[in-house]
Amino acid sequence: MFDIDRWNEIWHALTKNKVRSLLTAFGVFWGIFMLIIMSGASNGLKNGIVEGVAKFATNSAFIWTDRTSEPYKGFTRGRYWLFNSDDLVYLKANVPEMEFLTPKNFGQFGAANNVIRGRLSGSYNVKGDYPDYVKIDPYTIVYGRWINEMDIRDRRKVCVIGEKVYETLFEANEDPLGEYLKISGVYYQVVGVIRPETRVNINGRAEESVFLPFTTMQQTFNMGDQVHFLAFTAKKGVPVSVVEEKVKTILKKRHSISPTDTQALQSVNIEKQFQQISGLFLGIGILTWIVGIGTLMAGVIGVSNIMLVIVRERTKEIGVQRALGARPSTIISQIMLESVVLTTVAGYIGLSLGVGLLELVNKALEMQAKGGDEIFFRHPEVNLNIALASLAVLVIAGLFAGSIPAKRALSIKPIEALREE
Amino acid sequence: MIVLDSIHKSYVTGTNSLHVLKGIDLEIGAGEFVSVMGSSGSGKSTLLNILGILDDYDSGSYVLNGKKIKGLNETKAAMLRNEMIGFVFQSFNLISFKNARENVALPLYYQKVSRRKRNVIAMEYLDRMGLKDWADHLPSELSGGQKQRVAIARALISNPKVILADEPTGALDTVTSFEVMDILKEVNDQGITVIIVTHEHDIASMTRKIIRLRDGIIAEVIVNGDLQLYRDRVLAE
Repeated sequence: MFDIDRWNEIWHALTKNKVRSLLTAFGVFWGIFMLIIMSGASNGLKNGIVEGVAKFATNSAFIWTDRTSEPYKGFTRGRYWLFNSDDLVYLKANVPEMEFLTPKNFGQFGAANNVIRGRLSGSYNVKGDYPDYVKIDPYTIVYGRWINEMDIRDRRKVCVIGEKVYETLFEANEDPLGEYLKISGVYYQVVGVIRPETRVNINGRAEESVFLPFTTMQQTFNMGDQVHFLAFTAKKGVPVSVVEEKVKTILKKRHSISPTDTQALQSVNIEKQFQQISGLFLGIGILTWIVGIGTLMAGVIGVSNIMLVIVRERTKEIGVQRALGARPSTIISQIMLESVVLTTVAGYIGLSLGVGLLELVNKALEMQAKGGDEIFFRHPEVNLNIALASLAVLVIAGLFAGSIPAKRALSIKPIEALREE
Repeated sequence: MIVLDSIHKSYVTGTNSLHVLKGIDLEIGAGEFVSVMGSSGSGKSTLLNILGILDDYDSGSYVLNGKKIKGLNETKAAMLRNEMIGFVFQSFNLISFKNARENVALPLYYQKVSRRKRNVIAMEYLDRMGLKDWADHLPSELSGGQKQRVAIARALISNPKVILADEPTGALDTVTSFEVMDILKEVNDQGITVIIVTHEHDIASMTRKIIRLRDGIIAEVIVNGDLQLYRDRVLAE
């Protein structure tokens, strides 16, 4: 293998017609380059979405109410209805598979300048929440704390604000804790500032929301015992869809909704969404490999073709070598090696450039992400396994590309080669 | 050294079969200097290929140095060629991108002799051919005579028992031809069997035995007194 004469011969064979070798190498280069770029891009898309929801409880579901679409038990269709506080107690007692259940209420959506602090004001979504909600959709605490049980029990007039709210209504680095905000006409004391860890938004972005204790909101917004929205998780080992069905059945029964009414209860099952997304990415991954390998194959077939031409051109030389006592194994390994060298060198350049390009894109994206932009494309990287696998594919492809020409070279009888004047 | 016993060889192309050698009986002893003559189509190239283990024969027997040559696989044939036979070709057939020394050393490369060692030996052989100063030149930088001398050095380097030369002077002018023949004669004087295929009478007349082929059989073998007559006739022309 490490034999000057052999490498000399390879070098000579490949540089004899430089343009041809370069064009052939480009086929392989492009194949592997595309494979890397495509698999990097699909990883980037995947990371962008998965990182956005990675910390979200995957075994969770949400339900909310809508107008009924079927008449039932004397009620006409088109009835508006809402959950109530008793539902919470009943569900907790009757659905043992449920791990967390948290209600959520919403203030008027898109109210103008509903949050005021001194001369500053802004329009924010007001939400009533339970302490357990952060176990489903986690928040990072920037200042202070999240809503706690005492807030709920005592209906304290406190609020937790999103980071954007803090940035707008407070000076930079100002301590917000203990300050008061006037929200829809009522003063609340700020006890915390949060930053969302996921990019899942329910009724508006979390960083642009003001969170009140659920019970406080029911009281001050005159909601009585109304509940707008329920979020819940399933216990370990139970599919959340089982819990979802149970909850739906109970709620329909309690509120005299037809069991077949699909409109009155709306829901999102995060588990199912995750499965769909995983399926999508599996599909993209498979497609990437099919297209990438296809392109690579085209390149490899190009190499094989050119090697055939090279063997043809060197018929006489091969004949002389064999007359001088070169064994078939010497000839075969020579041609195979040439083919492998051509494919691996070209492929390695494609691999390096592909990875380099992905790295550049990654840097650019990171800078954009630091600027606070929403990006759905993150860390477009290929892992070491894929890089190693493609190198292995290259070597095997090179061997494959060389095998047919090598066989051809062997089938040339020395006499015929020498006779060719 | 070489014993051929009723060798037959046909080439089959499609449905046609061409019977080229129709029973060749030939014995060439060690250290002989033989030329094979014949018009084109007489089978002399075929005979040379068989002698050089470049081609197999259909029936008969060929014994080279006490070893029967028949149905060898390519690896064994390659090894035998490497050890026993040195080839010299009409068109020299030097490897174009290797310099003179590397060309000469090539058979040793196939014997897996180390690079340094084979280069030393190659230099010795080049020196014997008077080409020491040309060792680093590529074939394209050498004259026809020099190329053929490099080719002879290459044929000799593996210490073969037999040198097979296929029209070794075919591409050379008269003066150079004679030089090459002198070298082959010297080689023969060292006890190596030399077999030359040629259609030139003056070249053939320099050997010690002329085998004439006609239509796939040996038409005549010219030796001793007949050879002298033959030489005189050639010189008279």
